[in-house]
Amino acid sequence: MSERAPALRVEHLSTHFDTRQGVIKAVNDVSFTIERGQIMGLVGESGSGKSMTGYSIMGLIDAPGKVVGGRILLDGTDLASLNPEQMRQLRGNRVAMIFQDPMMTLNPVLRVDTQMTEAILAHEKVSHAEALRRSREALATVGIPSPDERLQNYPHQFSGGMRQRVAIAIALLNKPSLIIADEPTTALDVTIQGQILAEMQRLCRDTGTALIWITHDLSVVAGLADTVSVMYAGRIVESGTVDAVLDYAKHPYTRGLIDSVPSRNPRGQRLKQIPGFTPSLLHLPSGCHFRERCPRADEACLQDPQLSNEPHAVRCFHPHTDRVEEPA
Amino acid sequence: MLVFVIRRLLQSLLVLFVMSLLVFAGVYAVGTPIDILISPEATQADRIAVVAALGLDKPLWLQYLLFVQHAFGGDLGKSFAYNIPAIQLIFERMPATLELASFAMLLAVVIGLPLGLYAGLKPKSLPARSIMAGSILGFSLPTFWVGLMLIMVFAVWLGWLPSNGRGSTVALLGVPVSFLSIDGLRHLLLPGLTLALLNIALIIRLTRAGTQEALLTDYVKFARAKGLTDARVVGVHILKNILIPIVTVIALQFGSVIAFAVVTETIFAWPGMGKLLIDSINVLDRPVIVAYLLIVVAMFILINLLVDIAYSLLDPRVRLSDAGTN
Repeated sequence: MSERAPALRVEHLSTHFDTRQGVIKAVNDVSFTIERGQIMGLVGESGSGKSMTGYSIMGLIDAPGKVVGGRILLDGTDLASLNPEQMRQLRGNRVAMIFQDPMMTLNPVLRVDTQMTEAILAHEKVSHAEALRRSREALATVGIPSPDERLQNYPHQFSGGMRQRVAIAIALLNKPSLIIADEPTTALDVTIQGQILAEMQRLCRDTGTALIWITHDLSVVAGLADTVSVMYAGRIVESGTVDAVLDYAKHPYTRGLIDSVPSRNPRGQRLKQIPGFTPSLLHLPSGCHFRERCPRADEACLQDPQLSNEPHAVRCFHPHTDRVEEPA
Repeated sequence: MLVFVIRRLLQSLLVLFVMSLLVFAGVYAVGTPIDILISPEATQADRIAVVAALGLDKPLWLQYLLFVQHAFGGDLGKSFAYNIPAIQLIFERMPATLELASFAMLLAVVIGLPLGLYAGLKPKSLPARSIMAGSILGFSLPTFWVGLMLIMVFAVWLGWLPSNGRGSTVALLGVPVSFLSIDGLRHLLLPGLTLALLNIALIIRLTRAGTQEALLTDYVKFARAKGLTDARVVGVHILKNILIPIVTVIALQFGSVIAFAVVTETIFAWPGMGKLLIDSINVLDRPVIVAYLLIVVAMFILINLLVDIAYSLLDPRVRLSDAGTN
């Protein structure tokens, strides 16, 4: 584990699901790097493989799914070289995860203090009192008032936003190098979402924790992330800094996503949308997976495009080169 | 909570009242015990004297009112056959049945819960499939047949275990119990297993279904993402969530095992309440039958109340409201 290694480097990660109908390539040759303290937005529609990428890093892919190729380097450690017990030690300790629906992620029948201290005690031999003290601190850090009393409560006594804060506090308990956040604000209302985003940004800056923010909401990414990777049908189709990708989106799919953000559309007009729907991962079109929905597709797209090897990378034969139009 | 309990107890009195009415009328309809109790050689005068002494000459409604009047004093009538209070007769036999039922339910939980968890966690493995196939047998085999087969194999062929009676008992707080002596335990094993079999199957199925459901939830994923050991995820996070339906079934089954241990007690000549009931029905010993059924009803009411209280301990979202429960 060298100090200069990036927080996370994913190289050619592939996760497949062996089903009766055939092999589903949920994550297909995905590569990206996140430096310490950086925030990466992982954007895509439902079923594009963004959550599966997260689960693959956590080592939480359930059968019939399986990581079939590539390397995941966390702080320079190759996760494939770890045995299950070492992998368990790493989960929740050096890499933590936050889930989408805060109503569902906390165990309804266990008190919050139990659910927090167990996350510490699973990784460290400290006294229960010490674990409790750190839990209280973590609750205070994420902005939960009177943490002492709140520790005694059950999850159903918290509001949705508060529960998500508790989940974030649990993720932060062991000061991980990386947090994977799987659409953690999707289920919350907009004001709470704003608070949590600001909170996460501050916490990552303060602790040097890298963050993968999985979302389908480009506007969230715009305000939060340093870099963005856009996924489509299991592959990364575009990646780069947040300014580059959002202002000079190269891939027609990314353009489509940007155009369909409601606030960018003039009032009273139909919202722009990407024609068609996400293809089934069992029956992907050959060549470029997006070609059947793409306004720029031609013969060339019957071939498989490769992700270009540049800071602002794109997987397309006919990338856009102009600036994304300002909304009218 | 206190208001809840009081309210429930008042409701129970109503249930008991209705039950007593039904049971009393039902037993009356079955037939008259006089012909069985009095020898054919008795004179007409003797007959009338006995009928009057037992109170059977009065009309049914009056018999019932007298019964209720005495019942409030804790007297459920005297057994025709033994001429001692029915309630005393039943309470003498109750420890044996309670012991057998508790032992059977203990076996059911100790065997059923781990097997169900295993079958839920690894549903595709060969052992899990065998467990599920076995549980179907547990459901479908009739108790009396299982009892006879167990006697056949373990008592007759192998000669390992005794086939009837309680064996030597040890007094525990003045109550004779079997489970404290090796001989008693040996006597408990076969009838206990016979009674437990159906419940083992039931608990396996419930536990498996609950486990499989819990495995898909986000809180289990989150628990794993926290890096908890599998033992803790299963033993705390999953188990505590699936325990509610299991506790319900265990409690209700405990009631039925006590009430309907009749067959098993008969097969294994276990001197419990069930055997007493069968004997009483044979001689139409009305007070004992009525008292037995009322005690069983009271027991079910009590068990249900305990289950409701157990819920609130297991699931913090359940609070026993003073307005009664659903």
